[in-house]
Amino acid sequence: MLDRLQEQKGTLIAIGAAALAVLASVVVVPETEQGVILRLGEPVRVINRFVPGADFGNTGAGITWRIPFFETLQRIDKRMLSVAMERQQVLSTDQQPLEVDAYARFRIIDPVRMVKSAGTTARVEEQLQPILSSVLRQELGKRSFQSLLTAERGQAMRNIRDGLDREAREYGAQVIDVRIKRADLPEGPSLDSAFARLTSQKEQEAATIVAQGQRNAQYIRADAQAQSAKIYADSFGKDPKFYDFYRGMQSYIVTFANGKQSGRSTIILSPDNDYLRQFRGK
Amino acid sequence: MFSDVIARPWLAMTGRKSPWGSGDSGNSAESAEEGVPEGDAPAGEAPKGPRNPWLPPEGEGPRRSASMDDILRPRQRKGGGGGFGLPPLPQRPDGRSWTGPVIAVLALLWLGFSTTHVLGSNEQGIVTTFGKYTRTVGSGVSLTLPWPIEKMKVEDVTSIKRDLIPEDEGEKLMITSDRGLVDISYLVRWNIKDLKLYTFQLNDPHDTVKEVAEAAMRAAVAEVPLNGVMGGSGRAQIEQRVRERMQAILDAYRSGVKIQGVDIKKTDPPQKVKEAFQKVTVAQQNAQQDVYNAQQWAQQLVNQAEGNAAEFNKVYEQYKLSPEVTRRRIYYETMERVLTNNDKVIVEANGVTPYLPLPEVRRAEKAEAAQGGQ
Repeated sequence: MLDRLQEQKGTLIAIGAAALAVLASVVVVPETEQGVILRLGEPVRVINRFVPGADFGNTGAGITWRIPFFETLQRIDKRMLSVAMERQQVLSTDQQPLEVDAYARFRIIDPVRMVKSAGTTARVEEQLQPILSSVLRQELGKRSFQSLLTAERGQAMRNIRDGLDREAREYGAQVIDVRIKRADLPEGPSLDSAFARLTSQKEQEAATIVAQGQRNAQYIRADAQAQSAKIYADSFGKDPKFYDFYRGMQSYIVTFANGKQSGRSTIILSPDNDYLRQFRGK
Repeated sequence: MFSDVIARPWLAMTGRKSPWGSGDSGNSAESAEEGVPEGDAPAGEAPKGPRNPWLPPEGEGPRRSASMDDILRPRQRKGGGGGFGLPPLPQRPDGRSWTGPVIAVLALLWLGFSTTHVLGSNEQGIVTTFGKYTRTVGSGVSLTLPWPIEKMKVEDVTSIKRDLIPEDEGEKLMITSDRGLVDISYLVRWNIKDLKLYTFQLNDPHDTVKEVAEAAMRAAVAEVPLNGVMGGSGRAQIEQRVRERMQAILDAYRSGVKIQGVDIKKTDPPQKVKEAFQKVTVAQQNAQQDVYNAQQWAQQLVNQAEGNAAEFNKVYEQYKLSPEVTRRRIYYETMERVLTNNDKVIVEANGVTPYLPLPEVRRAEKAEAAQGGQ
């Protein structure tokens, strides 16, 4: 029995060794990674290289082999990566400072070149960061403040991307997109003057609104007056003489016979007065 | 083995009692010889001792779990031991007999958990075989190969995720097209439309959504004047533009993200110029009030005019029927009212110089005014 066990021990060791060998020679490259096989430090082949438009499941991802201890696998991210630019000030052509936050999205498309030039994706990011800021500053510095704000409309962002892309190719990376995340006025005089401008702008706006309101009110009153004048004219115009008489009568009542108004008037009538015609007995 | 141990002493006894027995010495010698097989059971431990130097003296329990050999051996012995199989279970080899089942149960659990997946109605799972994408499974129960071979990553795809930007309450000013400043915060609602792309394309999809939202919002606000941002219609326009722009960018990234909507939560003026903005609000209210008052006045004026005109028309209709009578009637009625309310002096003009005590009249007026004032 012991012999058998020892035999088994032997086979177990053999199996273990074989398993180790298999494990050492099997490599799993997931969909999110590309692998560069280095034979004694020299890249010999690429596993799961990024191919534009390739459908997942049909890429080179999965299980592959290597010669144990002789070949090593360097894993490189296959996904889209980002570089954030440190916030920095850009001066427009009209001498307006603007603090800009930007990011670039890139992807490693040439893993061999990347391994040779940078080594890791983190190093690529490190390398791209200063390039991004300098390209951005250069490109945005050519523009007026107004076109800085709407940089996406023009050629600016494309130029920045292309400029960064040219440099990035050295590291086996492709720049997909550069975007300005924030563009702010820097703290201090320029922000204060913006506040001051905004305040006076708003005060002017307030004054204008008040004046407009008054103007509109006047328009409305004038309209109403015109309308009422028309109504009167249409109505009274039918017989101006009767109107004169009728209105005169109304006016007398208001003027002389208004009980609320204090003060009695003394009316001096001449016997010739029309009211006293019958008085005269004629 | 057990039967031997019992049989030998009996044989020895018979040997001792037998009349033809050669003697006690022979018997004793025989028994001494028998002693070896008799002590077989205790001696059984002795030879094993040196072969297993790690064997602890107290019992065999810990030894069982020591190595593969030991696990194999007791099983064989258990088989040979026959009747001994059952009693040892609770006794000494607790470790031994539980390790197996525990391992088996763990293995079953592991198999169960890593092969059976129950997905909720809002979930999808990505199955990878040794890292390679194989399939996407929907809701319900699905089976995969066990863990190291196939892996499943489950993600909630239909539930809408919400991101408030900026996350903190601090003032984040954005520049508008007329160089105004606005403190804006907004909510982005999104979900996953293609889990495969979402899982494999981007390094950090969630962060990407937020960054793209910031960039798109900044660009959209920079195209609209300040009053447009603060006002209602401009806001809706910005929301729409940001949504479209974000979707375009994220599609270009092949991110597998669907933007459901962008909602602007707040558009405040910067804290430092709030007062000036309030002045505008007050001015707007005042202007509105002015217009409202004017409208009221205008309405009154027109109504009055219509009323007067209607009155005149009515009277005029009657007047036309008999002009002279109506005219005289109105005249007398009016005069009546006028003259009954006033003092009257009738002066016969010819030859008489009328004396009109004007100061007297004024005094009377004053007295009356004073009385009225009290």
